Amino acid sequence: MNAPPEAVSPAGWVSGSSQHPSGLSSFRMFASYPGTKTYFSHLDIGPGSAHLSSHGKKIVLAIAEGAKDISQLTVTLAPLQTLHAYQLRIDPTNFKLLSYCLLVTLACYMGEGFTPEAHAAIDKFLSAFSAVLAEKYR
Amino acid sequence: MVEWTEQERSIITNIFGNLDYEDVGSKALSRCLIVYPWTQRYFASFGNLYNAEAIKTNPNIAAHGTKVLHGLDRAVKNMDNIKATYAELSVLHSEKLHVDPDNFKLLADCLTIVIAAKLGSAFSPEIQATFQKFLAVVVSALGRQYH
Repeated sequence: MNAPPEAVSPAGWVSGSSQHPSGLSSFRMFASYPGTKTYFSHLDIGPGSAHLSSHGKKIVLAIAEGAKDISQLTVTLAPLQTLHAYQLRIDPTNFKLLSYCLLVTLACYMGEGFTPEAHAAIDKFLSAFSAVLAEKYR
Repeated sequence: MVEWTEQERSIITNIFGNLDYEDVGSKALSRCLIVYPWTQRYFASFGNLYNAEAIKTNPNIAAHGTKVLHGLDRAVKNMDNIKATYAELSVLHSEKLHVDPDNFKLLADCLTIVIAAKLGSAFSPEIQATFQKFLAVVVSALGRQYH
């Protein structure tokens, strides 16, 4: 798999997602897919929530970390695989939903710069990331 | 029976009211063929689809994308009866075009991304949710007559 295009570097992604007012992909996911809220009964996930902001940032940073060397995803994600499989036990279909909302956030942030080629590359990467994340589930 | 609030109705009519159908339609369809290359299977007769550039500049794809978007107009004008409005189109896609209904969602997702890129931060989480609800109803109606 080739690395994501230069135009969408992990750094740009992180700053875009965490600073842009509507950039909280998690918040988009809760609005469009209310079932995903069930995993957050222990957190405040209202608009402007500091909990949500820091949690969202954690996720985006992990994704950026994975993007640094895509061939090593299984190694990079090993601790997160264990966390998700044995503790969080989030149904993996939700990974698709968050991935999609990340793409929408990127599109809003980058406008025309979010070309079909960039979209395809990042979608492919997020699919691989999600698959690796779910590897220890069973 | 799908319930729509006044706010949801106005969000949908606003989005479509300010749309350049040719621009958005062609962008959404070409994006779908690039991001999900297996969807190209339905467009074998459309000419050169060998790479992203070819797809983006293919006039047949552009024209077809515009057609599809105008087809969405029908749902916008009949939001309380989308299922019946699309019954015939559903039969067409099933019996004549033989399109796997999973593909409707792929195109809907690409359309959402194109609109998001256009509207930027104005495409708020609430507006996104409403737009996705609308497209989900359309997708469901298009798949309804398959058997």
